[in-house]
Amino acid sequence: MGNAYTVPAIIVVTLVTVAIGFYGLTLARTTSDFLVASRMVSPTWNAAAIGGEYLSAASFLGIAGLILKYGVDVLWYPVGFAAGYLALLLFVAAPLRRSGAFTLPDFCELRLGSRRLRKLATAFVVFIGWLYLVPQLQGAGLTLTTVAGGPYELGALLVGAVVTANVALGGMRAVTFVQAFQYWLKLTALAVPAIFLALQWQADSRPPVTPVGGPVFPAATTVVVEEPARLTLPDGSAREVRPGEELSFAAGDPVPEISSVDAAKGADWLLPSMAGDDDRGLFATYSLILATFLGTMGLPHVLVRFYTNPDGAAARRTTLVVLALVGAFYLFPTLYGVLGRIYTPQLLLTGRTDAVVVLLPGAALGDGLTGQLLAALVAAGAFAAFLSTSSGLLTSVAGVLSTDVLGRGSVRDFRLATVVGGLVPMVLALHVSGLDVSQVVGLAFAVAASSFCPLLVLGIWWRGLTDAGAAAGILVGGGAAVGAVLFTVVGPELSGWPAVLIAQPAAWTVPLAFTVMVTVSWATRRRAPTDIAATMLRLHAPETLRL
Amino acid sequence: MAIPIDRQPEPGPPGPPRRTRVVLAEVARSDTGAERTRAELSQQTQVGEALLRGLIRAQLALALRLSLVVGIGLGGLPLLFAIAPEVGAAKLFGVNLPWLLLGLAAFPFLVAVGWAYVHLAERNEQDFIDVVQRPER
Repeated sequence: MGNAYTVPAIIVVTLVTVAIGFYGLTLARTTSDFLVASRMVSPTWNAAAIGGEYLSAASFLGIAGLILKYGVDVLWYPVGFAAGYLALLLFVAAPLRRSGAFTLPDFCELRLGSRRLRKLATAFVVFIGWLYLVPQLQGAGLTLTTVAGGPYELGALLVGAVVTANVALGGMRAVTFVQAFQYWLKLTALAVPAIFLALQWQADSRPPVTPVGGPVFPAATTVVVEEPARLTLPDGSAREVRPGEELSFAAGDPVPEISSVDAAKGADWLLPSMAGDDDRGLFATYSLILATFLGTMGLPHVLVRFYTNPDGAAARRTTLVVLALVGAFYLFPTLYGVLGRIYTPQLLLTGRTDAVVVLLPGAALGDGLTGQLLAALVAAGAFAAFLSTSSGLLTSVAGVLSTDVLGRGSVRDFRLATVVGGLVPMVLALHVSGLDVSQVVGLAFAVAASSFCPLLVLGIWWRGLTDAGAAAGILVGGGAAVGAVLFTVVGPELSGWPAVLIAQPAAWTVPLAFTVMVTVSWATRRRAPTDIAATMLRLHAPETLRL
Repeated sequence: MAIPIDRQPEPGPPGPPRRTRVVLAEVARSDTGAERTRAELSQQTQVGEALLRGLIRAQLALALRLSLVVGIGLGGLPLLFAIAPEVGAAKLFGVNLPWLLLGLAAFPFLVAVGWAYVHLAERNEQDFIDVVQRPER
């Protein structure tokens, strides 16, 4: 790429992250400081920290890449990622904070008093955490390869090592400061270049996003083929291409279609899928909506943050601020996806659409100083996304590992658990490089929506929930979603309805989990906890009463 | 927290300073009736149970009503676009309507619903507190 600013920018972000981590470390004096920031974090900091933690590689890179490829139908990803916080606010935020639970397993034990259910919840927390960590590390590898030409493994290992060390040494207090800083960095890194990109688009006399003849190359471009595929030229002729073959296009040439990349074109990209001809698209859309709307509340790293609020009312206000911050961020990836259609159409040939955010500033603004600086800023923001989300995920995975699996929750146990929890996804990220960043994150949402969402919603609002019902619901609903994930990752490729049902499982696994949980709870209603009235009082009575 | 009552004693003949009564603010506001309601809540008597069930029902109804608003407002869009393609193809300011609705308008809409929820949920809680702390007449 020849951009002299990108690598220094990435190094600065990494160093600042580590430095703030150590600054936090000097402030952490007790175990309580270390693990939960002593509940002294103000709502604004806390909201920015939650936002910083939440906006992952999937948000920063993945959404724009998906929009570039598939168009309007994938706008449901950002909408759902934001709406998840509304569902969290409506059904979970205040009562969860009042329960005093730090993690999901804690909530299981507080509400249902079952150690075995606690173990089951721990297993799901660790699975969701790792499933979500792997694509973060992959995104880091991809970004480093794209912007600096470094090897994929180096990026993945670098981010993994920095995050593991930072979480192990700094703990939660440090992470709170780091995360809040990361949110503003990520917003700036997308918003500032977006303004320049929009101005450039104006200056280029507004080239159409969907030209009549399909996308065209804005400049002379050479694409190296990576896998055997069939190339269809606009005039209808087709030919086979081999790996290593170089395809050269002049400025203004139409972009051919390639069989190895599945992308929407023309009206399919611009307009929502219609009824009649194919209902699978509609099913997939609703499945995605269900997974993202209901999955957020079940993500382990999101939940941990609620404990740092002083009371239930503050938890609600914090969630509202998070919703606003996250919503503001999601205005930008769409712009990158749309402009990528004009300035980086070669990604439709290589299939590496996840790289559109980091490539677009250089492609649209040229190799001048502005273009280079903005490209470096975007790369720094992308690294902030990997660092912050991975830190949050690792903190919560290590939290449950240290209290429930490896030890009794001391700072030393937490550090050991961090190293163990960080090594596993690093090894996985090195061995599975073919996964699609956004799809894996979407699957993590589906698992969370089919396991922890029913547990939280029914546990908070329904007195009849029993430990047996909760365990059955998590095993059947969550288990079905986990099965779908594993099948997607390692199973054979499917087509037709089975492919949709497996790739977007939430529309059937979430209702399944709720149904099983309610039915089994009803059948085992003698097992309902005897102290349910006291628990409900604790969850729902405002703290100002000081009962 | 303690606040002094009668901060300025009435002017009177000089002599030993008059006694100032100092009471706890909470005690001053509530009386025995409110105390009893609180005790009923924390001891989970039938009255306390009924009060709490009322609060939980009110909060759940509020959450469900607002999710219905979002469910129809946002969740209805894919179906609308699917059965009425002309809506999906409509343009506003030169941009296709679905792009504007999903890429732009959805986020302020979600924040507005969230704001309404925080406001109304806090009002439900205030109503509950008022019932609990109402002095018995």
